[in-house]
Amino acid sequence: MTALHLPLHAVAHGRAGDKGDTSNVSVIAYRPQAWPHLLEQVTPERVLGIFAHLGATACRRYELPNLHALNFVIENALQGGVNATLGLDRHGKTLSYLLLGELMIDVPRDAVPDTSPYLTE
Amino acid sequence: MSKTVHIGCGAGFMGDRFDASLPILKSMETRDGPKYLMFEVLAERTLAAAQNLRRDDPDKGYSPYLDHYIRPALARAKALGVTIVSNMGAANPNGAARRVLDIAREFELDDISVATLTGDDLTEIIPTSEIAAMPTMEGIGFEGRPIVAANAYLGARQVAEAIATGADVVLVGRTTDSALALGPLIHEFDWADDDWDRLAQGTVAGHLLECGGQITGCYFADPGFKDVPGLSSAGFPIAECRADGTFTVTKPEYTGGLVNRQTVTEQLLYEMHDPAAYLVPDVILDCSDLQATETAQNRVEITGAKGRPAPETLKCTISVDGGWLGEAFMTYSGPNALARADLAGSIVRERLAAHGMNEPVRIETLGTGATLDGGNAAKRAGRVLPTDGEYTIRVATQSVSREQAQMVVDEMMMLYCSGPAAGGGHRGSVTSQIATASVLIPRERIEPHVKVELFS
Repeated sequence: MTALHLPLHAVAHGRAGDKGDTSNVSVIAYRPQAWPHLLEQVTPERVLGIFAHLGATACRRYELPNLHALNFVIENALQGGVNATLGLDRHGKTLSYLLLGELMIDVPRDAVPDTSPYLTE
Repeated sequence: MSKTVHIGCGAGFMGDRFDASLPILKSMETRDGPKYLMFEVLAERTLAAAQNLRRDDPDKGYSPYLDHYIRPALARAKALGVTIVSNMGAANPNGAARRVLDIAREFELDDISVATLTGDDLTEIIPTSEIAAMPTMEGIGFEGRPIVAANAYLGARQVAEAIATGADVVLVGRTTDSALALGPLIHEFDWADDDWDRLAQGTVAGHLLECGGQITGCYFADPGFKDVPGLSSAGFPIAECRADGTFTVTKPEYTGGLVNRQTVTEQLLYEMHDPAAYLVPDVILDCSDLQATETAQNRVEITGAKGRPAPETLKCTISVDGGWLGEAFMTYSGPNALARADLAGSIVRERLAAHGMNEPVRIETLGTGATLDGGNAAKRAGRVLPTDGEYTIRVATQSVSREQAQMVVDEMMMLYCSGPAAGGGHRGSVTSQIATASVLIPRERIEPHVKVELFS
């Protein structure tokens, strides 16, 4: 099957949370078929690279195979955190979409939901 | 057959929908078994703000939103036998209790009783000089700044003790958010202190409920990708909890929103770090083998959480004065808007420098990816942005000096007559800030001071 080269947003959803200067971003497969590709391609090294321009210094990945979910814990990603940052989005709530939009992934077509706008574009 | 405990959540943060409890209470009419309605309204900084309110007026210092949540719910909850459990007590649970009784009298409800839980305020237990010297995690050092608030996160065991008074309303200050659900479960099912797996399941129930609609399709929708019906009338969650710890998450009938594996998984991992080691005062939660199963439309059953012995220390939040945030906006639209917005930013930067501004200043152009670029325009590099359109220039600074913070707002306002062509929609504010840090304190130092009182 031909692989598609798409943003992570095409195959996964997620939410960002904050504790101090640490952000956590979940990445959850829409379809089970995407799960092995998330495990292989959405590495902590690549995720740290997406947040490097914010000053992030470390990234840990946790895996929840039952839920087809990854959880990334990214240190120093919030420019001092909710009390200290001069940014507009003090909690870093928008950062889930930074990751979903910028990390590109190669997946077979059946890893993408049939109704996904990415398939009709 | 053993009973089912029904716990609804009517608020997930201090400004949450004031009317969300009404469909939950409607749904409780047809439910059998003990019933609870929780309201989680207390963030770390909210508590520090409440502490300031109490300092100004000893009767205040409870949630300023108490009336918004209690007035619509109190009479219905009492009539249906639904116990209200909330952290609206904030810095003054006893003051909150007196306010609830005032509301009850106004509604001619003469048999309302309110239990309070206190003892989370460290400043009443430990000298502030000793608190200020403690090593911190998750936040700033104190740097000699005066302590505004210092509170320990109490656990669910103490919430259960307050519920055991039989009160109609239970008001706490700082507990873990999930304790607002685990407390009722410990009380109803008499779970032992070392029944780790059941305590873990109850903690998951609390964690999933504590953000209100964030598990029923709110804060989730992404049109075309994650569509949610009826978001303007989304039902807030109800957990149906069983003695073995398993539970089902659902929402009231005839409401909008959505409960499925996706909404549950997003909320499960929200503000969680290691899913195998989530610490609360009552247990260390391990979600590694957790299962979320869709059993019917808008019904997800949760099983498989495991628990390990509770931590020896309690997490405590210390809040200090954080100075002032000055922040202002001006917007440019139409042809060449991007160039005019960028020019406005450079004018303000030059003028602030000329005035001797000595704090870091963030100047950014909204519409260019500014919330994702960390203030260094990294996301603009190499991208061709439309020059026509609508762009907002934003300037922000934080300072111990209110005057420095105000300077940013003033300079942005001056763009009205002295900036590039056609700037509009100036908004600016200077607001006082709280900075927080966390410390760990052995529980034996705190728990003997915890007190339950009953008001009626």
